[in-house]
Amino acid sequence: MDRKIRVLVAKPGLDGHDRGAKVIARALRDAGMEVVYTGLRQTPEQIVQAAIQEDADVIALSILSGAHNHLFPRVMELLSEKGVNDVLVIGGGVIPEDDIPFLKKAGIAEIFGPGTPTKATIDFIRANLKR
Amino acid sequence: MNDNEAIRSGFEAYTEGVEKSLGKFPERKKKFVTGSNAPVERLYTPLDLEGRDYLADQGFPGSYPFTRGVQNTLYRGRFWTMRQYAGFATAEESNKRYKYLLEQGQTGLSVAFDLPTQIGYDSDHPLSQGEVGKVGVAIDSLADMEILFDGIPLDKVSTSMTINAPASVLLAMYIAVAEKQGVTPDKLNGTIQNDILKEYVARGTYIFPPAPSMRLITDIFEYCSKEVPNWNTISISGYHIREAGSTAVQEVAFTLADGVAYVEAAVKAGLDVDEFAPRLSFFFNSHNDLFEEVAKFRAARRVWARIMKERFGAKNPKSWMLRFHTQTAGSTLTAQQPDNNVVRVTLQALAAVLGGTQSLHTNSKDEALALPTEDSVRVALRTQQIIAYESGAAETVDPLAGSYYVETLTNRIEEGAWDYIRKIDSLGGAVKAIENGYVQQEIQDAAYTYQMDVEAGERIVVGLNKFQVKESAPEGLLKVDPAVGKLQEKKLAELRGKRDAEAVRKSLADLKTAAQGSDNLMPRILEAVRRYATLGEICDVLRGVFGEYQQKVVL
Repeated sequence: MDRKIRVLVAKPGLDGHDRGAKVIARALRDAGMEVVYTGLRQTPEQIVQAAIQEDADVIALSILSGAHNHLFPRVMELLSEKGVNDVLVIGGGVIPEDDIPFLKKAGIAEIFGPGTPTKATIDFIRANLKR
Repeated sequence: MNDNEAIRSGFEAYTEGVEKSLGKFPERKKKFVTGSNAPVERLYTPLDLEGRDYLADQGFPGSYPFTRGVQNTLYRGRFWTMRQYAGFATAEESNKRYKYLLEQGQTGLSVAFDLPTQIGYDSDHPLSQGEVGKVGVAIDSLADMEILFDGIPLDKVSTSMTINAPASVLLAMYIAVAEKQGVTPDKLNGTIQNDILKEYVARGTYIFPPAPSMRLITDIFEYCSKEVPNWNTISISGYHIREAGSTAVQEVAFTLADGVAYVEAAVKAGLDVDEFAPRLSFFFNSHNDLFEEVAKFRAARRVWARIMKERFGAKNPKSWMLRFHTQTAGSTLTAQQPDNNVVRVTLQALAAVLGGTQSLHTNSKDEALALPTEDSVRVALRTQQIIAYESGAAETVDPLAGSYYVETLTNRIEEGAWDYIRKIDSLGGAVKAIENGYVQQEIQDAAYTYQMDVEAGERIVVGLNKFQVKESAPEGLLKVDPAVGKLQEKKLAELRGKRDAEAVRKSLADLKTAAQGSDNLMPRILEAVRRYATLGEICDVLRGVFGEYQQKVVL
C-alpha cells in the first residue's frame, strides 16, 4: 500500500542543460519519491520505454533546446500507442508561455517555468497522480 | 609599537565597541556569506594581509604572476572586445544579425551553432528534428558557412565559435571560407571553444570518448601553431561549470584542472609547451557577487601563471598568461520582471571589467524566456559601452587591488583552488575525476544547496522570492520559424546532388585512414570540407573509428 511514487526524470532533445533536471530529481527524492534520471539526449522512444520498464507513475520532462513542441507531444503519442494512459506527464525548462496551451492540449499536465520552487512541483505531483 | 600592533589594538577596540552595541543594533543576519557561500567578515583590515608579499602575490600588470592583469596598460590601450554571442535559424538570418551588431559598434563576432551542428548531425538526421536553428545557426556544410560570413572580411574581424566536439570541422570551414575571400590562414583571428572536458561535466555536447577527443584537440594545437598562428585554439571554460551550479572556487579549480589535462596531453603528444601554450585561452562566468567575482578573475590568473611556470616549466611569459573571455551569468536571469535583468547584467559586466577581462558578452534581459530580440541585444551591448565610456572603471588598471577585502578573497579563492587541484591530481587528473563522476557530484551538491537556500528564503532573488508582482505574459519574444528545418533539408538535398560525389567519397575515405592511424587529422578534415562533405558525414566517419561517449549519470 505504501508504495513510493515512482518518477522518471527525462531529458528529451539534444541540449545538455541538466542542472534543473538534477535539482528536481534530488528534491523529489528528498520528498520521499523514487527517482530515476535518464541522462541526456533521450529520444521519445527511449523515454517511453524507460517509463514502462521502471513502472513510473510520473514522467518529468526537462528541455531547454526549444524543441519541446516537437518532442513533448511525441512522448504522449507513444504512450497512448502503448496503451499507457495512467502516467502523469509534466514538463519544465525554458518554454515560452505561448506554447503552453498547445502542450497541455497534447496531454502534458503542467509546465513549470524558470524560477518554480521545487515544492510547487512536488505538491502538483502528489495532487495529480493518475494511479 | 609597530604598525600592525597598533592596528590590532585598534581592531580589538572596534570589535569590542561593535559587540556592545549589537544588542541594541543587531546585524541583519547571523551569518554573512558570498554568492558562493564563503563566509564574509564584518570588516577587513591590513591584518588580513599580514605576511603577504606585494611583489610575489600581485606584482605589476603584464608581469608574473599577472594577478593585476595580463597587459601592462589594460583598457588604457584599448577596451575589451565587445563580443555578443549570436546565431539562430539559417546562415542568412544570422549573417544579418552579425552585420547589425557590427554596425552597432560591436568589435568581434561570436557564433552560436544549433545543437545538431554542435553534436555533429546534419539537419536532416532524425535526431535533429525540432532542433534545427533553435539555439544557434544550422551549419551543414561549407556552403552554409560561406553564407554566414558573406560580406564580412575575415581578415578584419575576430570570430569566436562556440564549438567543441566537432571544432576541427568548423575551424576547417572557417579557413576554407577565408581562402575563398583571398585571406590566408595566418591572417585569421579568433577562437574555437574546443573544450571537451567541460562538455562531459556541464554542457553536454560531447560526441567521442575522452582519448580520441584529446587527440583531436592536440591535433588542432599542433596544426594551428604552424598554420593559423593567431588563432586561440581552445577556450578552457568555467562558464558552463558555474552555470551548472558550481561555486566560484570550483569554477576556477575545475577549469584550471581541465587546463592542466590539455597541457599534459599536448606535451605527451610531443609538443613543446611554449609552442602551443600562448594560444590557450579561457572563458569565465561573471556572477552577482561583485567583489568575489573580481577576486576570482585575479586568483585565476595567479594560479594559472604558477601552474605553467612551476609545474610545466614554460619559459615564454606568454605561456603564463591567462587571457579570458567573460559572459555574464545566464542562470541568474529571472523570467519574473525581466527588466531587472538589465541591472544584474550591469553589475556582472562591471565585475568582469574590474577583473580585467579580454572580451565580454553581456546577456540580454529576455534570455530566461527565449533567444534575445534585436532590441534587447542592443541594450546589452550598450551596457558594455556605458561601462567603457562613462563609468570610469576602465581608466586605471586593476582598480580594486589593495582593497583588504578583495585581496583577502583573492587569496582565499587561490587556496581553495589549489586544494581542489591537489584532490583532482590525487584522483589521477581531470579526465579520471570526470569519468568517475567526482567533479559532477561536487557541482551538483553546490547547485542543490543554492536552490534550497533560495526556497528557504535564505538567499533573496529580487522579483522571484521577494518583491514579486503580478505580471502578464511577456510579449514580443523572438521565435524561430519551424520551417528552418525543412529549408536546411532542402539545401542539403541540393548540395548532395551537385557536388563531386567521387571527390567527397575519396576525401572521407582518406580521413578514415588517417583517423585509424596517428597523423594529424586537420589537413584531412580541411580537404573533406573543401569538397563539401557535410559536417554529419565527417563526424560519422570519426564516430565509426572512435566510438561515442557514454555519459556517466550521477545524481
